[in-house]
Amino acid sequence: MTKLTFITHNGTHFQINAADGSTVMENAVRNAVPGIEAECGGSCTCATCHIYLDEAWVAELGEPGETEADMLDFAYDVQPNSRLSCQIKVRAELDGLVVRVPERQG
Amino acid sequence: MKNGVVIIGAGHAGVQAAASLRELGYDQPVILLSDEPELPYHKPPLSKMFIKDAEGKAQPLRGEAFYAGSAIDFRPGVRIERIDVCRRSLEVAGGGVTNFDNLILATGSRPRTLALPGADLSGVLSLRSLADARLIRDLSAQSEDVVILGGGFIGLEIAATLRAGGRTVSVLEAADRLLGRAVGPMVAAHVRRRLEATGARILLGTTVASFEGKNGHVSAIITSSGERLPARMVVVGIGALPNVELAQAAGLTVGNGIHVDHQMRSSAQEILAIGDVASYHHWFTGSRVRLESVQNATDQARLAARTIMGQGDAFSAVPWFWSDIDDMKLQMVGLTAGGDSHVLLGSLPDNKFSIYHFAGQRLLGIESVNRPSDHILGRKMLAARFSPTPRMVIEGSNTSLNTAIADHLKQGRAGAVL
Repeated sequence: MTKLTFITHNGTHFQINAADGSTVMENAVRNAVPGIEAECGGSCTCATCHIYLDEAWVAELGEPGETEADMLDFAYDVQPNSRLSCQIKVRAELDGLVVRVPERQG
Repeated sequence: MKNGVVIIGAGHAGVQAAASLRELGYDQPVILLSDEPELPYHKPPLSKMFIKDAEGKAQPLRGEAFYAGSAIDFRPGVRIERIDVCRRSLEVAGGGVTNFDNLILATGSRPRTLALPGADLSGVLSLRSLADARLIRDLSAQSEDVVILGGGFIGLEIAATLRAGGRTVSVLEAADRLLGRAVGPMVAAHVRRRLEATGARILLGTTVASFEGKNGHVSAIITSSGERLPARMVVVGIGALPNVELAQAAGLTVGNGIHVDHQMRSSAQEILAIGDVASYHHWFTGSRVRLESVQNATDQARLAARTIMGQGDAFSAVPWFWSDIDDMKLQMVGLTAGGDSHVLLGSLPDNKFSIYHFAGQRLLGIESVNRPSDHILGRKMLAARFSPTPRMVIEGSNTSLNTAIADHLKQGRAGAVL
C-alpha cells in the first residue's frame, strides 16, 4: 500500500492507502474525493480528473504523456504542475504523494 | 414537495443526475434505483480492460461513501413494475409503492438480439452489464475460437481485446463496411486494415445463417456464404434498443426512445428522460436523435437536474464519443453524417490522422485517430459555435484555428456561424 494525499479546493485533506498498480484517479473516486469527476473512466479522453502535483513531486511525475498533454489543453486553469490523475499509476516510490484538486473540472 | 426525485436507472445518466441535484443544492429526497445488484460502474471499460484481466474489478462511477455522504438513497436490485403518472407513484416489483415529485427515467438501452434458432445456446452472449462482462471474461478464458456478430464499437473493442489475448477472432458484419452507425468510411477502412493486421478475420457483407451446438453450448456458426466457423463463444453486438416499456405503458409519448423536449421533459411535465433512452431534437442537427454515449448521458443528466431546480436552459452540449480499439484511440466530436466535403490531416500509415467533415462551408465534426489535439480543438470550436471553412483548416494550423476561435468569441458572435 502506498500513501496518497488529496487536498481539495476548500483545503480538506484526504489520506488514502492506495494499491500499487491502481491509478491515482481510481483512488480519488473510490474514496469520494470531491472535484474528481473522471467521466471517461480512465481512457484519457475527458480531462475531468485534472490535478496539480505538489511541487516536491514535479521532478518525478511532471512530464505528461503525449495524449495526456493534448487532453490537458481542455482542462480548467492548467498549470505547469498539472496532470490527469488517470494517467498516474501508483507504485511504492510514490509513497507520500500529495496532489491538489482544482476549483472545477472543465 | 416532499417525495423528492426518484431516478430509475443507475448508469452514467442516473448517477450524474443524482450528483448534479445535490451539487445544485436540491434539498428534498433523492432516490436512485438500480435493477442490478452492484454499485454503479463505468460501462466503457467492460469491453476492454475488464475482460482482459481475470482479477480486474469494475470501476465504480462514484465511491460507496459518495452516496451516503450526498444523502442519495441508492437502492440496488430494485425493479419497477409500473409508473402511475396521475398519482406520481411507482409500483415496485415484489410489492411496495414509491412516490415522487419528479421522476427521471434513465433506463438506458439493451442489446438487440438475434431471432435465429440457436441464438439461445449457451455461449451466445451480448454485452451490456457487468454481469454480461463477467460471463464474457470467464468464457473467453476457456475459448480458443471466438466469433463476433456485428462490426460496431462494442464488437470491435471486444475483438481487439481478445485477439491481443491470443484468441482466434472472426467478426461478421452485415453491411459492406465496419462502424456504419458510428464513423465515416475512411476511419472504418483504417480500423479494418489495422485489425486485420493483428490477425483478426473480418467478413463484411456477411451474417450468421445458423448456429451449431453440442450439449446445449454453441460449437460453431455457419455464415451466410456457407462457411463453418468453429466458436466456443459468440458475442452478439448488433446495436441496442431503448428501454421504453415503462414509459410506454404509462402513456408517455414514445418513438425510437422516450420523446423529450429541450429541457429533458417527457410528455408528462414532472417526468424527465435522459441518456440512451431519450429521443430529442438536437440543436446541432435540427432533427430528432437518440444518442448512446457517456457524454450524452452525463450532459443530459446535468440539464435534467437544472430543469428540476427551475434553471433549465435548452440542451446545448457538444456531442462527443470515443472508442479504444487495439492501438487506435478514436475520438469523434460533432455529428458528421451527411457531410459533402472532407479534409484529412495527418497520416493513415502513421496511424495518426483526423478527418474534418463539412456540409458546404459548415463544420459538422471531426473524427480523430490518435490525434487528440484535433479532437479538443473541435470541441472548443463547436462549443463556441464557430465553424472554420475547409480552406482555413487546409491552410491553417491548430494555432491559427485557436486564434480564430478567440476572435470569434471576442466579437460576441457566439451562435452566428453554426
